[in-house]
Amino acid sequence: MSEHVQTSNGHTPLLEVTDLVKHFPVKSTGVVRRTIGQVQALDGVSFTLEKGQALGLVGESGCGKTTTGRVITRLYDPTSGSMKFEGTEIGQLSGRQMMPYRREIQLIFQDPYSSLNPRHTVGKIVGTPLEVHNIVPKKQMIPKVQELLEVVGLNPEHYNRYPSEFSGGQRQRIGIARALALRPKLIVADEPVSALDVSIQAQVINLLQDLQREFGIAFLFIAHDLAIVRHFCPEVAVMYLGKIVEIGSRDQIYNTPHHPYTQALLSASPDVKQAAIGGRRERIRLEGDVPSPINPPSGCRFRTRCWKAQDVCAEKEPPLYEVGGRNVACHFAEPLQVVQVPVVSEGATAVSPT
Amino acid sequence: MTTVDRTMPEPVVAPSSAQQEPFLVVEDLTVQFPTHDGLVQAVTDLSYAVELGETLGIVGESGSGKSVSSMAVLGLHDAKRSRLEGSIRVAGQEIIGASKSTLRRLRGNDVAMIFQDPLTALHPFFTVGNQIVEAYRLHNQVSKKAAWNRAIEMLDLVGIPEPQRRVNDYLHQFSGGMRQRAMIAMALVNNPKLLIADEPTTALDVTVQAQILDLVQTMQKEFGSAVIIITHDLGVIAELADDVLVMYAGRAVEHGPTKEVLTHPEMPYTWGLLGSVADVVSDTSKPLIPIPGTPPSLLNPPSGCPFHPRCTYQDHVEGSRCVSELPLLRPGPRGESHLKRCHIKDPETLYQEELKEEIMG
Ligand SMILES: Nc1ncnc2c1ncn2[C@@H]1O[C@H](COP(=O)(O)OP(=O)(O)O)[C@@H](O)[C@H]1O
Ligand SMILES: Nc1ncnc2c1ncn2[C@@H]1O[C@H](COP(=O)(O)OP(=O)(O)O)[C@@H](O)[C@H]1O
Ligand code: SF4
Ligand SMILES: [Mg+2]
Ligand SMILES: [Mg+2]
Repeated sequence: MSEHVQTSNGHTPLLEVTDLVKHFPVKSTGVVRRTIGQVQALDGVSFTLEKGQALGLVGESGCGKTTTGRVITRLYDPTSGSMKFEGTEIGQLSGRQMMPYRREIQLIFQDPYSSLNPRHTVGKIVGTPLEVHNIVPKKQMIPKVQELLEVVGLNPEHYNRYPSEFSGGQRQRIGIARALALRPKLIVADEPVSALDVSIQAQVINLLQDLQREFGIAFLFIAHDLAIVRHFCPEVAVMYLGKIVEIGSRDQIYNTPHHPYTQALLSASPDVKQAAIGGRRERIRLEGDVPSPINPPSGCRFRTRCWKAQDVCAEKEPPLYEVGGRNVACHFAEPLQVVQVPVVSEGATAVSPT
Repeated sequence: MTTVDRTMPEPVVAPSSAQQEPFLVVEDLTVQFPTHDGLVQAVTDLSYAVELGETLGIVGESGSGKSVSSMAVLGLHDAKRSRLEGSIRVAGQEIIGASKSTLRRLRGNDVAMIFQDPLTALHPFFTVGNQIVEAYRLHNQVSKKAAWNRAIEMLDLVGIPEPQRRVNDYLHQFSGGMRQRAMIAMALVNNPKLLIADEPTTALDVTVQAQILDLVQTMQKEFGSAVIIITHDLGVIAELADDVLVMYAGRAVEHGPTKEVLTHPEMPYTWGLLGSVADVVSDTSKPLIPIPGTPPSLLNPPSGCPFHPRCTYQDHVEGSRCVSELPLLRPGPRGESHLKRCHIKDPETLYQEELKEEIMG
């Protein structure tokens, strides 16, 4: 199942995740709260991330992206599976044993409004990780914080201000400065620009790319916006209901998607530039909603919405097969053939080539 | 341009001038809010028109006045807390200063609105069916039975499975996409001739967004309504809108047919929006081109061109006109239907020769 993980050649990736599982118990209501089921938020996820690289996680809400990020940063304990950071298994480490790795793996949150304590100054917010990990002596704290603010494009004189005095984009920069403070090797960025306006998104994305190059930081970049992920990540994993359904290079995923879900997702995303050059894909329309992760469909989890589904899809769970260079979990993986697509609207694109 | 379909029932109020002008006309609309910090100039001198059967897309950053201007069309601003100037005519009926009863008759009948959050329109304590029935009976004298049948028909139309059963559900029993559909069902129950959709899919996943946008388009074809779609997503505009209106700091800064504006943009803010968005076709080794800075406060809008504090093209304009003189919304070199608010003399040449490749990648 984990063809994607390659360690046999003696080389150690920065992060190696194998068959990672995270289930959340569902409790009954009432006096005695018994566990009556499990939310299968993550169910056997495997990938590797090399030093300084960026892997994108895309998929619709509820597919397990945030859970993946939170398990990797050990905000959640994994239910089972393995996570190796530079070869060391970190999935089972105790709080104290985990301490040095917490420095190396930092998280940037989606919401620049709720992820910063409103009662703390920017200096305290950015300085706290330095203090906790005893990185700089107290006297040098302010200059160090100012240096970090400057790196993320904020005015270093503003270290005494509170989050409410900054705009959304600036608050996201504060979160980035805090994540950078410990010089991590890996940043898990969970929807880092989703809450921002497009013009501000571009500022923050460019900043993250500059930092990635300058400090050689690896990114697990989580977003539901396919275009942003393509821009940021040379490698992309598409998730559906707690599983990776397709993982491969940017070109493999975006130019020749093989999984029906990847194909549907791409065709449903409005894209202004694609529309402006008249190169709109055929539109595939998926019916219905994502099923519940408490009781996911048997076999392939996508089969209830898939136009290719056959009996085998309900009977046998497709492993990640290697097809056309990428890994894809579908019994009928192949490039999109326009003729077999059932629900194609006329491509109401208002724009055609000039 | 679409002409008024004569077979449609007459609007509630239809003075004789209604035949000459488009279904919705907004003229020099200004909306201001007095607050304890000062006067918020939310919308300034905004003009546009929408014909029946057409879709206008309004795009712009948050706080640019998209919602405030659309709420004015429905007469939703409290006269005590806001100052409105200009004229808004729906089928010839003036909205600004109209009586409460006129507005009530118009809302939900000739004009309906859908929002990002279904809770704005649907109450959690009543069944979905109950609320659709109410909305229908408010404007139609029919029996309860007939209204329930209508509600079931509407839920079926917007693609809710098992509508006979789900009509008795409460909102929390619906998924996100189904809530949005239920709100659309309610908005469309009286076959409105104007539908305003304010970020209707911003909170939804793309596959559900695609379903909802298809639905809006199908409904529009079926009823021949005018549609305004408000979004920050140029991709949605490119797919759906006949015309696009780009707003910045409460003003229209570019306006014209969608295809024309997206392939021959003439205003630096539009260039900035196009350069900022990532897409699934262009060269990923090139960085995005952000717009520097942040949108201005509408308490104290900039002098001259509202975009000047963030504009990197001011050296194409003689002197310091960008800072001192408000550019008018005027046709550019490509004809009467394409308007832009910018002092640059020949934006078309500048865009096509120097910017297009960089921006469109
Ligand atoms: N703390 C939690 N307790 C119970 N269920 C959770 C918890 N966190 C996430 N889930 C569930 O796990 C699934 C995956 O959620 P999440 O990882 O947040 O998805 P995404 O980030 O892709 O939207 C969802 O069904 C969600 O409701
Ligand atoms: N009731 C109100 N009182 C004061 N200011 C308001 C009110 N409603 C909106 N505004 C302000 O008007 C401006 C335009 O808002 P809005 O139309 O909601 O923007 P958009 O929909 O484009 O994001 C914003 O600066 C907003 O803060
Ligand atoms: S008028 Fe001047 S400041 Fe405004 S958009 Fe044009 S060039 Fe830029
Ligand atoms: Mg998430
Ligand atoms: Mg709004």
